[in-house]
Amino acid sequence: MKTNLIALIAGILFGLGLVISDMVNPLRVIHFLDIGGDWDPTLLFVMMSALAFTTPAFHYLLKRDCPVIGEKFYLPENKRIEKKLIIGAGLFGLGWGLAGFCPGPAITALATFSPDVLLFVAAMLTGFIIGKYLNIKI
Amino acid sequence: MEADYINGIIGGSLIGLSAILLLLFNGRIAGISGIAATLLTSRPDKHEVWRLLFILGLIGGAMLYMFFFGPLNLEMQASRPMLVVAGLLVGIGTQVGSGCTSGHGVCGIARGSLRSILATIVFMGVAIVTVYTKRRLGL
Repeated sequence: MKTNLIALIAGILFGLGLVISDMVNPLRVIHFLDIGGDWDPTLLFVMMSALAFTTPAFHYLLKRDCPVIGEKFYLPENKRIEKKLIIGAGLFGLGWGLAGFCPGPAITALATFSPDVLLFVAAMLTGFIIGKYLNIKI
Repeated sequence: MEADYINGIIGGSLIGLSAILLLLFNGRIAGISGIAATLLTSRPDKHEVWRLLFILGLIGGAMLYMFFFGPLNLEMQASRPMLVVAGLLVGIGTQVGSGCTSGHGVCGIARGSLRSILATIVFMGVAIVTVYTKRRLGL
């Protein structure tokens, strides 16, 4: 029960963070990716400030045997660098560059009920299912 | 486009705080593509409710902001057919590549995961080349 409350609070904080930093705006993201053009480093500041908190915090909190309420730390066990990782990241990068949307901002932007956002998220959810299926096949 | 350092740092700090809360209390990584995709493809289960609440929280956070500060400014950068193509690519790519900007970029790098560092370099590099190519082609 308490883990559900934490998840809700964490979601709200994350959503607020994406909105305040303007990462929900595809134009802002495209201008970050456009290093040869009118470059806007805001996304870099967002990522760096997030990492400035998470890097030291994760280092210390992962020394615990278990989380405060949850049963255990659910961390990815796969350590191998595989072709799949690179191909997947490449496809994701292509989609990100085409639309200026990645999963977090796109889901957060659903709050506007914009038909364009709904369309993107619907395609992305379909992509999740296709991707999960491909993961079983490859 | 004018950079917005202050709001970038405030927003990034909130994102960092969110990822810390989720890992410290629940033992979970704040990887949005993973949280959403597992919610979509797993059987409804009381142990999975947190995923739904996290996703609803994202939307709720934006609504909270809109309630106090007014509508969000979304400037779409792609036509509708292109949005569908991009959405499919983002969906497939994040599943095959095990993560997105939050899971790899914010949480994975913080854990010092080599996979996440590499994935972030690849998706950012490909996205930069995509935007460059799009501009050169006048799209």
